[in-house]
Amino acid sequence: MNNLFQALMDIVGEDHISNRQEELFIYSWDLGTTEPHKPDFVVSPRTTKEIQKIMELANREKIPVVPLGGGLSLAGLAVPFKGGILVDLKRMDTIIEVNEQARYALLECGVSQGQLTSYLERNHPHLTHSEPGAPPTATIAGNAAIHGQGDLSQPYGFNSDMINGLEIVLPTGEVCCFGSCSIGAGWFTQHPLPDVGLFLGWTGTTGIITKISLRLFPCKKIRGTALFVVDDEDQVPEIYYKITHTQMCEDIVAFSQTIPPYAGGLHHFTVNLAADSEKELELKQEIIFDDALGKIIQQGYGGYLGFTPGLQHPQISKTSDWRKGGGFEYVGGIMPVSQYPECYRRGKEISERHNIPYTVLGRCIGAAHAMMFSWTYAFNRSDPETIHHAREAMRETDELALELGGTIWKPGIYGQKLVMDRMDPNTLELMKKIKQLLDPNGIMNPGNWEVKS
Amino acid sequence: MSLADFEYGDIIHRCFRCGYCKFPVNWMDVNNCPAYARYRMESYSCGGRLWLTRAWLMNEIQWTDHLAHILYSCTACKNCEVKCPLGINVDILNMIRAAKKEMVEQGKIPTAARDFLESIQLHGNPYRIPKSKRGVWMDEAGIERYQGQEYLYHVGCVGAYDTRAREAAKKLGRLLQKCGVSFGALGEAEPCDGNEVNHMGEEGLFEMMVEDNISLLNSLGVKKVITLSPHSYNAIKNDYPRYGGKFRILHYTQLLEKLIEANRLNPTVEMRIKVTYHDPCFLGRWNAEYDAPRSVLKSIPGVSLVEMERNRESSLCCGGGGGNFSMDLLGGSPDSPARRRVHEALATGANILAVACPKCLIILEDAVKVEGLDDKLIVKDIAEIAAESCGIM
Repeated sequence: MNNLFQALMDIVGEDHISNRQEELFIYSWDLGTTEPHKPDFVVSPRTTKEIQKIMELANREKIPVVPLGGGLSLAGLAVPFKGGILVDLKRMDTIIEVNEQARYALLECGVSQGQLTSYLERNHPHLTHSEPGAPPTATIAGNAAIHGQGDLSQPYGFNSDMINGLEIVLPTGEVCCFGSCSIGAGWFTQHPLPDVGLFLGWTGTTGIITKISLRLFPCKKIRGTALFVVDDEDQVPEIYYKITHTQMCEDIVAFSQTIPPYAGGLHHFTVNLAADSEKELELKQEIIFDDALGKIIQQGYGGYLGFTPGLQHPQISKTSDWRKGGGFEYVGGIMPVSQYPECYRRGKEISERHNIPYTVLGRCIGAAHAMMFSWTYAFNRSDPETIHHAREAMRETDELALELGGTIWKPGIYGQKLVMDRMDPNTLELMKKIKQLLDPNGIMNPGNWEVKS
Repeated sequence: MSLADFEYGDIIHRCFRCGYCKFPVNWMDVNNCPAYARYRMESYSCGGRLWLTRAWLMNEIQWTDHLAHILYSCTACKNCEVKCPLGINVDILNMIRAAKKEMVEQGKIPTAARDFLESIQLHGNPYRIPKSKRGVWMDEAGIERYQGQEYLYHVGCVGAYDTRAREAAKKLGRLLQKCGVSFGALGEAEPCDGNEVNHMGEEGLFEMMVEDNISLLNSLGVKKVITLSPHSYNAIKNDYPRYGGKFRILHYTQLLEKLIEANRLNPTVEMRIKVTYHDPCFLGRWNAEYDAPRSVLKSIPGVSLVEMERNRESSLCCGGGGGNFSMDLLGGSPDSPARRRVHEALATGANILAVACPKCLIILEDAVKVEGLDDKLIVKDIAEIAAESCGIM
């Protein structure tokens, strides 16, 4: 171990490696309910070259490597279950290029959502990216790698659909580029070249993303949120379909929660609109709320609550902090929109069973092709009983998501097993072959997506 | 001490470690916590410190020199409290200070912190220089002893002893003389105000100092105090009243602003400089005084004031608070906050980096030298700029 420490220090420098109890403790914890596991070393590299050397060393020594971005998955995806080298990627935080004409940003893997949001607002105010509902410390690459979604997912899909190219360090140390960059043609398109899918959704088990080219989108002068409410969950899918048919908005989120009390049982929609003029904004509001939803409003089933200019950046919600205990976790199911009512009803039951106020949310992806439906469970970090309840609620919800015909977004170990138990055997076998090919010594984020023989 | 006995044991677990505390208001950089900026390990973030403190109190980890280093590298810059979205935000620094206090009571603090506190106890300053030398600066500047004048001019340890800061202290004294302000200073009788001692968790020593200081000032009939340092200003304004010390306190930039408004201070020399201003934490985030320093700068002929991207409540701390000016736990790296900060200043196109704090003055000037920017950027205290514009050289 001493030799390994020295070798790693030679790579990253003495300020950026630790095997002291404080760093091992902090990096052993996820922010959710996952039990902690300590790494043997924590390193914080600055360059692709350094990561390459770390991977070569780890592969030679057959020691696990766990890449960490913002560390906000809450699902324990960067907990070093089998020890090894925890690679904190956040020092690689350079915004390398923003290409205005081709509308993309080339970023190092540690660039945070907040950093890019701010950079675009200050330097390219007519461009924006799909910002997830996560704190600003979440990294762009980490979010894309777990198939995150954001506030442009309704028109443009998953954030991982917005990738033009990746630079990857393979578990064996080779650096590979995917997308147009691989032929020296810049970073403006992923297609029609060999795919980046080998590295998305694999939870860092096939390599470390070191650069990402992310698509940017027009940012109109006026952006804001319209609020709409109904009291019947069975109406929600139809409303998703009606609004998406208009193709007039940037984001549609339906949510329901116990707190505040007036909101319990109601289903609020936040509908993000963008326009370059008041005239355009008015037209969009008319098309959505008069034409598409007018009948529901006239019949008294739903109400339009107005438009608030300016988009709110993600915040810690009151329900997440309901236990006042520094902990919450959620299951995000990628679900058919038609299942919103059952997701709501069954999720509410789970929450009640575990004495947690229910908080559910469905974010529309694409033209109602799917929704990311989240069930949130707050817990108190100082009260093991509440942690136990939250963990159990999470497991029941993982099973519910699959039972209702969906799949689990960024599943933890428990959810991964449920998914693999249901997976087509040939697909599983292919996963295994790919994994063996890319990571012959099984060093990458072990414990995750492990296909049993 | 167990978690149950810890003053904040009922809330310290409430930090999610969501990371908002690392950012400035506009999210432009994840490095607005100076200790995190320097080390870039989660252990050095605000959330890391809180989680480690809790783990230590729960006996999940043991005390080590490294744990003490992590806790004491907090500069008490208050960025975390401003950015934390939770209701516990107002107690974040209280929790850190209480953890330091526990280390003090166990006698387990970094060597540099021990040396600092020992020197304060022995000499009344962190420089290990005899108290008899504390008044040299005022003799050099021809400043009167305090004898019941309207204001007591409190320069603080750095302004009294540090060669560079003394220049600023003297310039301010001469400027106040020129404006006809009735003031005096205590010279070798001036006590350390104790702000750093407080933020280093030495509560007992701090209380003793405050009580002695209040007693001294009351015995001299002091009603109004002007400070050179925002650190002194903060302690006298926010901590002394708890011990019965009630003085009308002004940071010198606030007094200069009033003098300009009253036409008693009339800068006339055309400076022809492009200036960017660095908000000191104990004037800005701690006391919400962002305008007076800018107002003074704007009133000086030939000053073009430009802002760094991180300014006002988003300002990046120079790294000198919480005793770090003396302990230097954040130095020695291109990632040191002061070295980052001078590049931000340079990026504005300014040729003068203005400060309103003697600690910032020295740390940032050192950073300019280390980064080899001497020919591009000069660090000056606002008092110096204002004095020069009044013909005081």
